[in-house]
Amino acid sequence: MAVKGRIVRISGPLVVAEGMQDAQMYEMVMVGEDKLIGEITRIRGDKAFIQVYESTTGLKPGEPVEGTGAPLSVWLGPGIIGNIYDGVQRPLPLIAQTIAEKAPHRKMFIERGIHVDSIPRHKKWHFKPGINGSKPEIGGKVEAGDVIGTVPETSLIEHRVMIPPGIRGRLKWIAEEGEYTIEDTIAVVEQDGKEVEVKMAHRWPVRIPRPYKAKLEPSLPLVTGVRIIDTFFPMAKGGTGAVPGGFGTGKTVTLHSLAQWSDARVVVYIGCGERGNEMTEVLERFPEYKDPWTGKPLMERTILIANTSNMPVAAREASIYVGVTLAEYYRDMGYDVLLVADSTSRWAEALREIAGRLEEMPAEEGYPSYLASRLAEFYERAGRVEALGSPDRHGSVTIVGAVSPPGGDFTEPVTSHTKRFIRVFWALDTKLAYSRHYPAINWILSYSAYVDLVSDWWHKNVDPRWREYRDQAMEILMREDELQDIVRLVGTESLDEKDKLILEAARMLKDGFLKQNAFDPIDAFATPEKQFKLLQLFIDFYRKALELVEHGIPVAKIREAVGRLYVDMVKAKFEIPNDKLEEIEQLKAKALKVLEELETRTG
Amino acid sequence: MSYGVREYTRVREIKGPLLIVEGVSNVAYDEIVEVELASGEKRRGRVLDVQRGVAVVQVFEGTTGITTTGTKVRFLGRPLEIPVSEDMLGRIFNGLGEPIDNGPPIVAEDERDVNGAPLNPSERAYPEDFIQTGVSAIDGMNTLVRGQKLPIFSGSGLPHNVLAAQIARQATVRGEEEEFAVVFAAIGIKYDDFIFFKKFFEETGALNRVAMFVNLADEPAMIRLVTPRAALTLAEYLAYERDMHVLVILTDMTNYAEALREISAAREEVPGRQGYPGYLYSDLASIYERAGRVKGKNGSITQMPILTMPNDDITHPIPDLTGYITEGQIVLSRELYNRGIYPPINVLMSLSRLMKEGIGPGKTREDHADVSNQLYAAYSRGVELRSLAAVVGEESLSPVDRKYLEFADLFEKKFLRQGERENRTIEQTLDIAWDILSILPEEELTNIKEKHIKKYHPKYRGA
Ligand SMILES: Nc1ncnc2c1ncn2[C@@H]1O[C@H](COP(=O)(O)OP(=O)(O)OP(=O)(O)O)[C@@H](O)[C@H]1O
Ligand SMILES: Nc1ncnc2c1ncn2[C@@H]1O[C@H](COP(=O)(O)OP(=O)(O)OP(=O)(O)O)[C@@H](O)[C@H]1O
Ligand SMILES: [Mg+2]
Ligand SMILES: [Mg+2]
Repeated sequence: MAVKGRIVRISGPLVVAEGMQDAQMYEMVMVGEDKLIGEITRIRGDKAFIQVYESTTGLKPGEPVEGTGAPLSVWLGPGIIGNIYDGVQRPLPLIAQTIAEKAPHRKMFIERGIHVDSIPRHKKWHFKPGINGSKPEIGGKVEAGDVIGTVPETSLIEHRVMIPPGIRGRLKWIAEEGEYTIEDTIAVVEQDGKEVEVKMAHRWPVRIPRPYKAKLEPSLPLVTGVRIIDTFFPMAKGGTGAVPGGFGTGKTVTLHSLAQWSDARVVVYIGCGERGNEMTEVLERFPEYKDPWTGKPLMERTILIANTSNMPVAAREASIYVGVTLAEYYRDMGYDVLLVADSTSRWAEALREIAGRLEEMPAEEGYPSYLASRLAEFYERAGRVEALGSPDRHGSVTIVGAVSPPGGDFTEPVTSHTKRFIRVFWALDTKLAYSRHYPAINWILSYSAYVDLVSDWWHKNVDPRWREYRDQAMEILMREDELQDIVRLVGTESLDEKDKLILEAARMLKDGFLKQNAFDPIDAFATPEKQFKLLQLFIDFYRKALELVEHGIPVAKIREAVGRLYVDMVKAKFEIPNDKLEEIEQLKAKALKVLEELETRTG
Repeated sequence: MSYGVREYTRVREIKGPLLIVEGVSNVAYDEIVEVELASGEKRRGRVLDVQRGVAVVQVFEGTTGITTTGTKVRFLGRPLEIPVSEDMLGRIFNGLGEPIDNGPPIVAEDERDVNGAPLNPSERAYPEDFIQTGVSAIDGMNTLVRGQKLPIFSGSGLPHNVLAAQIARQATVRGEEEEFAVVFAAIGIKYDDFIFFKKFFEETGALNRVAMFVNLADEPAMIRLVTPRAALTLAEYLAYERDMHVLVILTDMTNYAEALREISAAREEVPGRQGYPGYLYSDLASIYERAGRVKGKNGSITQMPILTMPNDDITHPIPDLTGYITEGQIVLSRELYNRGIYPPINVLMSLSRLMKEGIGPGKTREDHADVSNQLYAAYSRGVELRSLAAVVGEESLSPVDRKYLEFADLFEKKFLRQGERENRTIEQTLDIAWDILSILPEEELTNIKEKHIKKYHPKYRGA
């Protein structure tokens, strides 16, 4: 039944086959004698244009192309978490194992034409029917999205087994609690007089968003532990953001920090056209690092997808869709999922390369005219939703994409189109990075549309004055930026005392709050409480100092009086851990006392 | 992959380095080709595009003198392969991997496809062994580790060759006797530059652990697309099958990228920035990513590509895309060079992304990370103030700011500057750093933990 054609042309990752009249657009096909995985991206007459996800070296015209009858799809079921996949959901360790069997000395390389199971087919999982103590009723109605049982997938993630999309009817039978593989039937549903077997795994086409009941407005912050993010440019659960920046400005470190520290339940990390070692780093560290929220190994909540820069370009295009589909699947269970993609520019370049080979009309800088709509579709798959079926579940997918603009120029097409579809913009700055101000997030160019949304959460959970402090700190930083223009012309000495104080306060904020070393055990992750306490330290100090200045005490005097205490204040972020916040209070009291003494002495 | 040799004679078109051959069948994508001219001369090429009956062949040695009639095109039934063997160390090859030193023929232990295959990220081992290069600006602030790819971004006339040679001579992993094997790829460089390296290897007595792949400026440009790949194919064999630590020097990657642009233009592809093909990034990655370490193997490949930035412009596509792939970069500065500072490394623009894993207690010293951060903070402040002072005058700077100016000068003269043969230990490097940092008031050292100040600051150390 599936179509069978023959190759007529090979050009890089693009293969053209004829005899493909019954092929479907986006159908997955097997190309050549080695059955390389490909996907149909254009059909003209009986010719199909196929992007091939593996190296095409050695392919010849005349070799067969076989349809699979289905679009490129992923396997959804227990066994996804903790895995590392290539761009089309093949587990990389299994690829290595398969190669090791025939050529042990080549084990470290990826060869083509290897077919391995995406999720373990023979592993037994402990299935327990029902959820939260209530068992589905035999004879009762079930429909897509209903949770009919659970499986402990990792120590952190309870896998909620749902009726797959498309099934609706009466539950005829459900398996007893016990050990099952994903190929075992765990329920039978009577649908239109026919019996449908339900298993723990099903497939879903990656280019089609998974359905949900309703989309909701994000309302909770995604707490990341990164001060400049949480305090100044917060992300929301279900929100969208971009991290653009030239090379070496800190995109990957930022995404690693989010993957490591944020309070998402599941993290999907897509390495899309970036370095192999960056994936290795996650693979080596995440099983050792502890999730700050649960104390469990981070790998127990993480899914990795790796199409590194030296892996086939076409699979780069697919990897983004594979990742977001996995994210939606865990969202449907009711989890808050964070998806980070490093880098969406490489994905866009893959689109461009394929479009070029298809000889499509290029738009800006050679990118195809549908670049913007593809980006929009991708970010549109983020969101907080009410999931299908019962019990009621809310889940979210937060998407953060790195953008790698050529020459660090933010006016290029990928950055400028991305800006239209995201709501948080963390602009990385080459100049900050050169002076090792990390994270090099530029506080003038960055923005977040979620500040208002997350204020409530801060006010309820941290401090009712959060917004006031945050806004005042932001004002100081903005004012300093204006003053710097003047300083560059005339130096600091001619500024009035209040402005000099702004410079001092901004310097404290930059050194003591904004700069955060992602590799320092104490500094890397700051709880919201610590963030607020530090903010208060600097702002209360500034307020008191401003009083002094208004009483005619020069800034130089204040500096002198504060002396070495300044160092302690600025180092508090890495000297005082999250569980000793009273020390920040004490430090603040000391600093204010110094100012008061100075006031009485001179006043 | 092997499907026998087939010969065809219908050359339909010749353009640039490309031959369009008709009437072919059973030709494979990326297959290697032998072109025999009417004169009997033989050249090599590679299939870039194949449609039923028609193949596009890129001729490495160029198409000059090829005619549409009387030319025989033989498809060799395999991708471009080179022999690999340990005996290739100490030998000199052309850009396609054939010996050119009149030595004995290579007895191949195996034949390998020069394109290699992507390393499986789950089989990599993260690089973390500190390499002491003896150069303070590198060891102290942009530490190199074994298995890293760290390019030198240079400009024409800057001393990148001298620096690369100094690194190759001095690089050691402390506590290990073993020296690096060096695989050197000359990609379209001038004869003088080649002789510089050849002499250098001879003088240091290193020749027997160096393999050189040489494509000079006056040799066919298309071969440049093969040269770094041939070199890396040997490096992979030595590292992963012979457990050697290999240092690969690729110079000059700008010539490589220009050859790629030439072939892309001949194929009439949609050009990307400045005429370079849109796939320049992936293509460069297929070279640079062939560095690293793998699980269960002792060997490693450390890559040091050298490239000259056209017009010293770091945003030019070649350095830009390289920086997006490599694990940092060492940037040379014409300004420092003109002021007589060797090595003229612009530390602010330089970066080693793998530094954090290679330093610290047990590897270098516990204060290393803090000291490096402080040097960066202080030097960048000093440089900023230097340009401010040029506008408003040094007198209108505060006393502390003037200290920073002094620091920036000392940094360049004492820390950065060193001899071409001066090999500093990491302790010497860090001690120089403390000496110059100590001219700043202590409360300026906000990047350094109190306990490190107490232990290493000259003020306390003396006591
Ligand atoms: N967990 C899995 N991960 C990845 N691929 C899988 C997985 N399970 C099955 N496949 C592959 O998907 C394809 C279709 O699966 P399907 O279960 O329909 O076929 P099958 O198991 O081979 O045959 P049958 O169902 O008749 O026993 C097969 O080629 C199979 O190898
Ligand atoms: N928050 C941080 N704390 C400490 N160091 C940082 C931080 N952010 C970035 N860095 C430093 O900057 C280097 C480069 O960062 P990163 O690899 O994330 O850059 P990038 O923007 O992803 O670059 P590319 O586009 O080339 O991948 C890191 O290796 C690290 O040394
Ligand atoms: Mg089956
Ligand atoms: Mg990165």
